[in-house]
Amino acid sequence: MAVATETQFHVLAVDDSLLDRMLIERLLKTSSYQVTTVDSGSKALQILGLQDDQTNSPFVSSDQHDVEVNLIITDYCMPEMTGYDLLKKIKESSSLKDIPVVIMSSENVPSRINRCLEEGAEEFFLKPVQLSDMNRLKPHILKGKYKEQHQQQVLQDDSITSSNKNSNKRKAMDDEISPEMTRPRLTSSLTVL
Amino acid sequence: MEYSNLRRQAAYMKKSLFDQGYLDEQFYQLEELQDDVSPNFVEEVVTLFFRDSARLISNIEQALDKCPQEFSKLNAYVHQLKGSSSSIGASRVKNECTLFRQYCDEENLEGCLKSFQKMKREHAVLRQKLESYFQLLRQVGPAEKATRPSM
Repeated sequence: MAVATETQFHVLAVDDSLLDRMLIERLLKTSSYQVTTVDSGSKALQILGLQDDQTNSPFVSSDQHDVEVNLIITDYCMPEMTGYDLLKKIKESSSLKDIPVVIMSSENVPSRINRCLEEGAEEFFLKPVQLSDMNRLKPHILKGKYKEQHQQQVLQDDSITSSNKNSNKRKAMDDEISPEMTRPRLTSSLTVL
Repeated sequence: MEYSNLRRQAAYMKKSLFDQGYLDEQFYQLEELQDDVSPNFVEEVVTLFFRDSARLISNIEQALDKCPQEFSKLNAYVHQLKGSSSSIGASRVKNECTLFRQYCDEENLEGCLKSFQKMKREHAVLRQKLESYFQLLRQVGPAEKATRPSM
């Protein structure tokens, strides 16, 4: 189940501002991503197959999602559900937690940034987002794909043989994953219920 | 002949907008995103901005008129306006928004009113200038790839 690098990755962009949605869509499309934009966190959760009140969905493999999303990029300041709230819901969901999330904000508030990173956001982009920022997305997507495959592998095999297969996969991914993407994650796929 | 003259005019107009601080680097970013697939992207985004911002300015005006002490409400509107100005590189409008928000934080109504008047003026001037600019561009012909003003 190798990652085909010619595959267009799908990014879900969430922003309540129409203008910013227009911008992020163009930025992503120009960078060869497939894009879906929504104007709220709750719509994002719908697309992801997770209803608002469902924080702990029974585990489903990504094959069962209606739409495969490889990365979520969301504005922080949104009415009703902030980007942080959305991030939390995603990380609390066993089916969605491995999808990388990037937060955007027009305000440079260190405590806000740290809170998001601690909650599991991969990165924090300061608005206005630029074309050069798009280059920072790929490593996160690939890391997410790696985790997803790793997870599925563990479920398919019985744990013992999985470690050998992992090292083979890691070799293929090494070129793409940038060295600094090794922030220790507390969750491991073995703890997925 | 006429064509290159128009081109020169357009380039000069754009350069002035930058030199006088009406536009900043972000506007170049918009131009970078314009291509064959999205040949009118910049104008579309700018049009959207003016539609959005006109509505927000109207909201702010009403709020200042009817419930001027609700600074958090004013702040929320200006936050949005600042965001979209920033997104298109409308530098002067954005800066005025920053000032306005400071006055909101200080709960300084007089400051807010003064700042708001300035904001409206900057907004109107920018609108007029960009309208002329795009009109000129349309005469020049299909949008070409962005170039830094080099004169």
